[in-house]
Amino acid sequence: MINEIINIFSYSFMSRALIVGVLVALCAALLGTSLVLKRYSMIGDGLSHVGYGAFAIAAAANLTPLYVAIPTVIIAAFLLLRLSKSSKINGDSAIAILSSSALAIGMIVLSVTKVSIDVNSYMFGSILALTDNDVILSVICTAIVCVMYLVFYHRIFAVTFDESFSSATGIRTGVYNTLIAVLTAIIIVVGMRLMGALLISSLMIFPSLTSMRFCRSFRGVTICSVIVSVLCFTAGLIASYYIDIPTGAGIVVLNLICFLIAAVVGKITKRNE
Amino acid sequence: MKLIECNDLCMKYEGISAFEHVTFTVEEGDFLCIVGENGSGKSTLIKGILGLKQYSSGSITFNGVKQREIGYLPQQTAAQKDFPATVGEVVLSGCLNRNTLNPFYTKESRQRADEMIKLMKLENIIEKSYRGLSGGQQQRVLLARALCATEKLLLLDEPVSGLDPVVTAEMYDAIRSLNREKGVTVIMVSHDIHNALHCCNKMLHMAQGKYFFGTKEEYKQIPEFKAMAGGCLNDK
Repeated sequence: MINEIINIFSYSFMSRALIVGVLVALCAALLGTSLVLKRYSMIGDGLSHVGYGAFAIAAAANLTPLYVAIPTVIIAAFLLLRLSKSSKINGDSAIAILSSSALAIGMIVLSVTKVSIDVNSYMFGSILALTDNDVILSVICTAIVCVMYLVFYHRIFAVTFDESFSSATGIRTGVYNTLIAVLTAIIIVVGMRLMGALLISSLMIFPSLTSMRFCRSFRGVTICSVIVSVLCFTAGLIASYYIDIPTGAGIVVLNLICFLIAAVVGKITKRNE
Repeated sequence: MKLIECNDLCMKYEGISAFEHVTFTVEEGDFLCIVGENGSGKSTLIKGILGLKQYSSGSITFNGVKQREIGYLPQQTAAQKDFPATVGEVVLSGCLNRNTLNPFYTKESRQRADEMIKLMKLENIIEKSYRGLSGGQQQRVLLARALCATEKLLLLDEPVSGLDPVVTAEMYDAIRSLNREKGVTVIMVSHDIHNALHCCNKMLHMAQGKYFFGTKEEYKQIPEFKAMAGGCLNDK
């Protein structure tokens, strides 16, 4: 059994998917905790649609997709924060505006330039889409995210818990909000090829929500969601190989099952808290 | 010694004047209460003192205390009520203004947090989750965090809103003993004028277009107070 599992990773597309996926799952879980608690759950969804638009433009212009998508999505993340800061547009409306516009522009670019790309693989992800170059870029990006998150962990906690107190005591909350948004943007783009534009945000939200059912501390939630996220990804990837289901969808359903189990466990243990 | 001097301060809220020409001073050891109706500019004034908002004219001068050394107890947000964090984690986050370059907490910071946890009598719930605490316990946790950030000056924004009368009394006791025994200067925004008068020695009453600043005794003589306090004037 174990030999068989090791065997499937001798296919280079499977080992690439495993490396990129585990790293993305890890980073997504780290950032997801802050996003969920700051009520920014939908930011991942919005940015992934922008990523789709950027990929479409890159395909039309015959450029390397990641080189176009990463800066575009980072700019979109900046814009989202600015838009939701101005009290005229709410955060959730800002995300809705940005994501549907980007999707629309992507569709138009693809139809006008008549570039043939597999829309399905961009929307729902494909483990065959990854190249060796993607793997290298993903390793670099996720390493940056991990280091930044660890170095600023305490400040990210403070800003997530209480923005007004943090800025009153001299923490530059704008900087950290931007940092969280930029790191999120990077992970979204890197993970999109694998999970698809429609499913990548679940990788950020589900593990944190699952851990929050039963963990008491912020540190606990952070560590737990990383474990849940990586396990669900690996199990989903292997399962998708054996029972021939779409990888991204399989991972999301596994996350859903974990969440439901955690919700029940949380209900039971809450009585003893 | 004068810790804070506000001179002829004017501030705007979304382009409209929130208040104009407010002058007051906070001396070391003072307990200043800021009262006034909704929309009279109390919150805007607090943001001005904390440096979260620019003032349009006038000046705020700090002596012997830096702006980022003010211990601030903000109003709770909805997101905080179900936040997964232990009491220890929350209190410790008050120490972040001490080491601006070090990404991690120093030993001194941890000791300071421990002291404040003991002072606020939170030792027994240090590992508990913040979201599982009662409203009064949550406020004590936030007060401990504010004390981590300061030794001199606390700024409390409606510290007892939403608490029941017994817990409210305990909270006021805790704040008053900080002021009297530990010598912490306190600025408190409150709607609860009776208890406020019981604690404070100075009053700032803000109303649209006019304001009053003076000692508690002076304040009791003016008509605005009589209107706000109703028949309770003789009780205290």
